[in-house]
Amino acid sequence: MKYALLFSSPVRGEERSPAEHAEDPRFAAYFAEVRAGRVTGGARLRPPADATTVRVRDDEILLSDGPFAETKEYLAGIAFIDVADLDEAVALAAKHPAAADGGAVEVRPVWE
Amino acid sequence: MSSTDGIEEAVAAAFREEWGQVVATLIRVTGDWDLAEECAQDAFAQALDRWRRDGIPRRPGAWLTTTARNRALDVLRREAVGAAKLREAAVLARDETSYDDGDDSGVQDDRLRLIFTCCHPALPIEARVALTLRTLAGLTTAEIARAFLVPEATMAQRLVRAKRKIRNAGIPYRVPPAHLLPERTTGVLGVLYLLFNEGYAASSGADLVRRDLCAEAVRLARLLARLMPDEPEALGLLALLLLHDARRHTRVDASGELVTLEDQDRTAWDRAEIEEGTALLETALRRGRPGAYQIQAAIAACHATAATAEDTDWADIAGLYGELVRFVPSTVVRLNRAVAVGMSEGPDAGLALVAELEREGDLAGYHLLPATRADLLRRSGRRTEAAEAYAEALQLVENDAERRFLQKRLAECRSA
Repeated sequence: MKYALLFSSPVRGEERSPAEHAEDPRFAAYFAEVRAGRVTGGARLRPPADATTVRVRDDEILLSDGPFAETKEYLAGIAFIDVADLDEAVALAAKHPAAADGGAVEVRPVWE
Repeated sequence: MSSTDGIEEAVAAAFREEWGQVVATLIRVTGDWDLAEECAQDAFAQALDRWRRDGIPRRPGAWLTTTARNRALDVLRREAVGAAKLREAAVLARDETSYDDGDDSGVQDDRLRLIFTCCHPALPIEARVALTLRTLAGLTTAEIARAFLVPEATMAQRLVRAKRKIRNAGIPYRVPPAHLLPERTTGVLGVLYLLFNEGYAASSGADLVRRDLCAEAVRLARLLARLMPDEPEALGLLALLLLHDARRHTRVDASGELVTLEDQDRTAWDRAEIEEGTALLETALRRGRPGAYQIQAAIAACHATAATAEDTDWADIAGLYGELVRFVPSTVVRLNRAVAVGMSEGPDAGLALVAELEREGDLAGYHLLPATRADLLRRSGRRTEAAEAYAEALQLVENDAERRFLQKRLAECRSA
């Protein structure tokens, strides 16, 4: 089954490059899964401060700076995985450091 | 339809014994929870006529499973408009013979698969309970709705959503692998314990349907203990439920008032349940792997086997609560320990532990905290302080029977 993992991190203003991230030993277990091919895609997202939100109302394009809603957590990244079932998806999500340290990973089945 | 031939009774007995197994097997072979329930229902309906005509089969469970499976095969064949459905039907047909050769080996696994899936932690807790009662115990949606005091439509919706999530979120239909088993087993035991407590908390006559939940919980715990004979906590839970259940009828008096353990009529406790519970507990403890349910059962056994309230071995109980804190590091368990220590070492020792919990503040707003302090103060003869503490507890209590009990105690303290 295909799932999306939505990584949510507490807003702390910390910003590290993907390269620095990749060197973080805490990511080793997760990157092993990436190499094993169970992670089929995804992206790390820059922080909410860099976000622009677009709404169209009455044919008018309205922009606001920042994310959909100001919250204590922000969407820090997304990954697509292909595994047998929810238990495997949960096990994989739990390996991602974003699940710890006050963060959370939302596991969403992909509508197929 | 007459019941003089015993057919209706036989079908009713088979329903209680076999419903869960028939549904569990049908879910495995069809992968469709709704179809499984429909076909199981249909098989029981057919049993009434067919058994009356042909006699009660030697193995009713096998007959019912085969009949339900054939029905599912018919439905799938009729609906087989696409290749996928045809493949399903083919799988089902291939699987068809396994019950006629007396092979039961897969059956128990199916019920375990079902209970672990119903109690999967990705489902909301209310849905876990409802799904277990519907699919494993065979209660109707209306019965479950009445038991949980919600409209039938709400309960139906809850069941539909749960089944949809199992399908859409990919919750596997299986007994969890070894590395997940201990945690998931704890989850299943927790659902059964919650089910029992729902029924146990119900007190008055109007709550009869809710009290039936106790019987269902005992039945399911019995099944689980049989399916997981190597799991001492499953035995421990069954023992605990039986030991609580034995005292069920003495917990409230004729007018619905709460009766404390101390004042309960011990001659009215169910001896058979107490004996079964203590025997199960001994079997569990011999495995040498204690756990929260075994310890709670041991505490319940201390109470259940004391001839009088004065004979209660409070030192033993205090020690057991100390053990329990190691498994369940909860402040409520520590509050219970304070009660036991107060009874064995005197009210002051108990009050010291209560004061410690009050300082930590985790139980702020919990009525049993001042109620426990009140009881210990009352026992040490400090009636004015006790009255103040009872008044404090009354500000927080929500349950009517408990409120009346606290009011009674408060009045006693003020009159003395």
